Amino acid sequence: HVRANDRDYNEKFPYAVSENTKHMLSQCINDTDNHIKTCKYNVFTFLPVNLFEQFQRAANAYFLVLLILQLIPEISSLSWVTTTVPLVMVLLITAVKDATDDYHWCRDWFIPCGLPVSPLPPLPHLPPLPPLLQADILLLSSSEPYGLCYIETAELDGETNLKVRQALTVTSDLGADITKLADFNGNIICEPPNNKLDKFTGTLYWRDNKYPLDNEKMLLRGCVLRNTEWCFGMVVFAGLQTKLMQNCGRTKFKRTSIDKLMNTLVLWIFGFLVCMGVILAIGNTIWEQKVGRSFSVYLLWDEPIRNNNVVFSGFLTFWSYIIILNTMVPISLYVSVEVIRLGHSYFINWDRKMYYIQKDTPAEARTTTLNEELGQVEFIFSDKTGTLTQNIMVFNKCSINGKSYGTRDSRCAFRTACVDFSFNPLSDRKFKFHDSSLLEAIKMEEPSVQDFFRLLALCHTVMPEEKNEGDLVYQAQSPDEGALVTAARNFGFVFRSRTPETVTLYEMGTAVNYQLLAILDFNNVRKRMSVIVRNPAGHIKLYCKGADTIIFDRLDPSNHVLMNTTSDQSQQAASEFAGEGLRTLALAYKDLDENVLEEWMKRLLYASTVIENREEGLADLYEEIETGLMLLGATAVEDKLQEGVPETIACLTLANIKIWVLTGDKLETAMNIGYSCNMLRDDMNEVFIISGHSVLEVQQQLRLGLMAHALEPELEQVLLETACLCKTVICCRVTPMQKAQVVELVKTNKMAVTLAIGDGANDVSMIKTAHIGVGISGQEGMQAVLASDYSFAQFRYLQRLLLVHGRWSYFRMCNFLFYFFYKNFAFTLVHFWFGFFCGFSAQTVYDQWFITLFNIVYTSLPVLAMGLFDQDVNEANSHRYPSLYRPGQLNVLFNKRQFFLCTLQGVGTSFLLFFIPYGAFCLVARDDGSHISDQQAFAVIISTSLVIVVSVQIGLDTYYWTAVNHVFVWGSLAVYFAILFAMHSDGLFSIFPSHFPFIGTARNCLTQKSVWLVIMLTTVACVMPGLAVRFLKTDLYPTLTDKKVFIPLHLFHILLCYSLNSEWITYLFSHPSILNTPY
Amino acid sequence: MGKAKANAGPLARRPDNSAFKQQRLPAWSPMLTAQTVLPFFYGMAIVCVLLGAWLLVTVQNTHELKVDYTHAGSCDKCFEKRKDRANANQSCNCTVVFNIENMFKGDVFFYYGLINFHQNLRQYMDSRDDGQMIGRNKNLRNPSSYCEPFIKDKNGLPIAPCGAVANSMFNDSFTLVYHSAAGSRVVPLFRKGITWYTDKNVKFRNPQVENKTLTLAQVFEGTGQPLYWQKPVYDLDPWDRNNNGFINEDLIVWMREAAFPNFKKLYGVLNRAIEPFTDGLPAGNYSVLISYNFPVEYFQGRKEVVLSTVSWFGGQNNFLPVAYLVTGCLILLLAVILTAVWWKFGKNGRNMEE
Repeated sequence: HVRANDRDYNEKFPYAVSENTKHMLSQCINDTDNHIKTCKYNVFTFLPVNLFEQFQRAANAYFLVLLILQLIPEISSLSWVTTTVPLVMVLLITAVKDATDDYHWCRDWFIPCGLPVSPLPPLPHLPPLPPLLQADILLLSSSEPYGLCYIETAELDGETNLKVRQALTVTSDLGADITKLADFNGNIICEPPNNKLDKFTGTLYWRDNKYPLDNEKMLLRGCVLRNTEWCFGMVVFAGLQTKLMQNCGRTKFKRTSIDKLMNTLVLWIFGFLVCMGVILAIGNTIWEQKVGRSFSVYLLWDEPIRNNNVVFSGFLTFWSYIIILNTMVPISLYVSVEVIRLGHSYFINWDRKMYYIQKDTPAEARTTTLNEELGQVEFIFSDKTGTLTQNIMVFNKCSINGKSYGTRDSRCAFRTACVDFSFNPLSDRKFKFHDSSLLEAIKMEEPSVQDFFRLLALCHTVMPEEKNEGDLVYQAQSPDEGALVTAARNFGFVFRSRTPETVTLYEMGTAVNYQLLAILDFNNVRKRMSVIVRNPAGHIKLYCKGADTIIFDRLDPSNHVLMNTTSDQSQQAASEFAGEGLRTLALAYKDLDENVLEEWMKRLLYASTVIENREEGLADLYEEIETGLMLLGATAVEDKLQEGVPETIACLTLANIKIWVLTGDKLETAMNIGYSCNMLRDDMNEVFIISGHSVLEVQQQLRLGLMAHALEPELEQVLLETACLCKTVICCRVTPMQKAQVVELVKTNKMAVTLAIGDGANDVSMIKTAHIGVGISGQEGMQAVLASDYSFAQFRYLQRLLLVHGRWSYFRMCNFLFYFFYKNFAFTLVHFWFGFFCGFSAQTVYDQWFITLFNIVYTSLPVLAMGLFDQDVNEANSHRYPSLYRPGQLNVLFNKRQFFLCTLQGVGTSFLLFFIPYGAFCLVARDDGSHISDQQAFAVIISTSLVIVVSVQIGLDTYYWTAVNHVFVWGSLAVYFAILFAMHSDGLFSIFPSHFPFIGTARNCLTQKSVWLVIMLTTVACVMPGLAVRFLKTDLYPTLTDKKVFIPLHLFHILLCYSLNSEWITYLFSHPSILNTPY
Repeated sequence: MGKAKANAGPLARRPDNSAFKQQRLPAWSPMLTAQTVLPFFYGMAIVCVLLGAWLLVTVQNTHELKVDYTHAGSCDKCFEKRKDRANANQSCNCTVVFNIENMFKGDVFFYYGLINFHQNLRQYMDSRDDGQMIGRNKNLRNPSSYCEPFIKDKNGLPIAPCGAVANSMFNDSFTLVYHSAAGSRVVPLFRKGITWYTDKNVKFRNPQVENKTLTLAQVFEGTGQPLYWQKPVYDLDPWDRNNNGFINEDLIVWMREAAFPNFKKLYGVLNRAIEPFTDGLPAGNYSVLISYNFPVEYFQGRKEVVLSTVSWFGGQNNFLPVAYLVTGCLILLLAVILTAVWWKFGKNGRNMEE
């Protein structure tokens, strides 16, 4: 419990908000809790903190230990430089990356903290940035009468209609009196912070009175004030304790499955390394026992060791070999992976095809660690409002008296001309309608059409605003209501103004005053609203609009008898509209008798004053009068989808990605969207709905066949299994936390990669929970984007992000890892073979400089270029054949089996690399007779062979040779030879004789024909088997990619999801028949 | 992350339309099709087989003769003598005879070979001071700690050359004698020019002194000889004063450590200026007079003398031609398998259909 003005009291509770009445003014955000500190470093702490963090990473700590081991002379088998140089480079690159990351991260977060949220008491309506509330506030008073306050909660629950909050009468009397407000000293005792958005219980103690508080008096963080000039409130919760933040879920460090696999593999390699060390150490023990012991004549100083304890010698050898073989766990692996991911992120940022020109918003990869997982997504969880839809409602069609008006499909509307509304000076210029016959009907003064629009103009709760003469702005609770009123306005029935008792219309230019007798509200159970009005002629009429099924049940039987055909047609039209994904409302009216109404009004007045069961009583009364209705027609409002949404969904479905829509919206709305997105189609006849309020109810429905109870632990599994059997899953009425729970459910039980996409604060928790979170940017709220890993402006870019960027990233990363592990095995295991010849003495095969530079200079760039630029399939084909996405989901390109294969290839290569030169040079001489079988020559021959073999291999592994690849591959070879000759030059040796003992070896070796013969043989022997295996695989078990690359276009069904912009393709998509035919 | 750009305006944040940023860099996409891979395999097979055959023919024309003298002939007694370290300072000479059936044509090289001598042990290989061998006076008096314990002799003088490698230098010497009808004569061998040019001229230098008149012995004054040596470093070659000190070619050859426990090192080259050796070594009976100093019995080693001629790709080397032939045949086999598989499965793209 929290007391508003009692800091001492509050501090007794860990969650108490530092708040008092002096700071009650609603927008006071200087509360320290509201600042979120995300910067890790500053200029001075950077170096120590960053180094400390880096060495906490297992890999870096491991290399540090190695470095220390190398300083022990008995163990040191490599000079300390060989580990230090790469380690320093890795630390440096990582530090730079961390610093830039931190810089960007800080910068991002300063934006929300510093939003211009109007800190002054009267909240001025700042047009460009709507005032987003920053704390949970108890409403005290507002500019509107009765302390009313309108808010939009789209950020919280995705609902876009206006909601009303009302202050307590006692506090609303405070008005805008600053001194009074400042003296306000009420105590609030309320529930502890929680994540329930629709509940609040508390009590206000003020002036010796108790006032109950509920959610209707609260303005939650994330709300936007609408139609309210200012309001005052008292902050109850701020910062992390607000309901919004409580709903955000925890930020978890996200890691990709490849990352986890990589860590496992590194552990395996480490185990492998230890095994090798043990084998070689045992070998050393045995060798020392049998051979080395007699050799001690030449190695005097080891005599005590050798004579007394060969096991100790083996122990030292173990560590020496750990040092030598450490390159199997390559230090540059992690940093290379990070560089590649960074590159992929930049490619996403740079992509013009994901740049939304209208909002000047490019796509943004906000994290650089998840790219390859974009190629493995199996489940997409999408928000609806603002993500799939534009959140714009358009009056699209109507059916009046059985006759349908409006074009068949709004998306091919460009074919028909817009209706000219110029006759009407009060019309809304932005309104478009494509069927002029309706206007003609209006002009013919057909009574039913007139009544239809009159109803639309009267039956609603819209507030008009007319700042200048004729410049009408409607403030609607829900956008579809606004769309209907706007339609009526354009067709000549202009809703001009309202008072509590009257409504003024301009019917075809003439003002008509209706007396408003009663408003029968809309609610979710009734699914309809009605008004009872008296027109100037004195006739009383009830106008009703509502869900078609509800209205049809309440029609007068005469409708069916007399207007049988009409009613049928209207019903048919209504269901047709719904099938097209339009929101359908049926309209009806009823003439009322004065006496009947009078009697009814009395009962209504009584019912509205009873305390117990008031709701039920009112509902019964409404029900009583809303019977025997006469059908007028039906309207169809399109919840305008974002461009390309159905195509994107179709394409992603073809890529075997399951799309679930999670929305806080109503069931009907959600289903409509399902239809308009092609997620639900007419041919799906087993659409079933699970809803219920108790565990048992839901359980039964699940057995037969939404959320609140299905997320109880015992039902989770049933829900999941049922849902996964479905083609399409739409969850409605879910709270932000439940969205996250659904994601978590799939994530933990299906072992699949999940992606959540959303635009509002209500999506933050699911964005954070999913493996990958995507935010729709360029909109009002920033929360979703800030919590997301990727952001872009339009839902349709998801297709490109997954099918092109994700696929490439995954493909590249897998190829990169395969090659990288192969390369390091081939490089390192040569030492293992050599161990058997050098008495397991941990003598290196290579020059120490070669070991230092191999990973970071000679072979780093070509594989980086492959990891950054490679493309097995170009982007057009990636879109054209969404099934190419499948390998990523199945995780076939890099897994433990692939790792085993690359280990095998690496081991084989190292074997050939060692034994072919061994066989060739063991007893051979140069062509001038002098010997060449010395260790230095051998080192040069093997290292040259190695560099050439791995270069040829990368050449074979590269599918897409850009100029960069050429430069890197040939450049690396050139650099290798340049450095080789430089290291072996006279000059360097004469300056540092003990560091460059290989003087002249390169010259003396590489001028020999036999050396080149051996290098050539080694290369051929190492590369050909892999080439043959790959060719065989392509022939025998071609992968999807092979097929797609191989088969010319005409053999395949032409799937039309690529062309996002061409309208006729959209048209084709709306016809399932075309999708099913082969062409 | 997006880079802020200088230009403002409605499309300020639009990414550049460069081929690089849009991942549209022009590129070459090689593909593994039967038309490229199969000919390549056949081509490689042919190249390898032909090369192997050519090498084989070349190798057939080279000669090599190995004579193990560890305890062959009269060397048996020396072998026994060297078993006792107390006899280290006593000289022991022995002779081994052998016969050359076919004439060794062309340049003939005389090697000594050691079997099971591990010059490639890490501790052994490190035990040298290249700074000393390049003639740095500092290192001469104060050798690198790597040379431990062959760094100071029992008088406390710094050892030159220090370290285990130099200490264990091979010190048998050989005289090859040709027994023809005309009588026995010593086969003339060049004992210089047996090292790499870079070793002789760059890597190994005698200590530099300002006073050019000093003898080598004076230059090395104040240093001790390696423990196992019988002569100081400045007196290794009694016949050629310029072949002494660190630039003694036998020392240089020894200091180039072998990669494997079985190795041979060049001892001399046949001097073909003198009859009857102008065309090489004639067939006939030969003997080697050996000054048997190097003990191998400690490590079950063996010693041998190798006579060899060379071809264009170096000394006799049977491995390379055979390896080429084997590789060529394997590739050919692979190529045939690939062709068969391709013919059966891949040719008409049947597997390629979905």
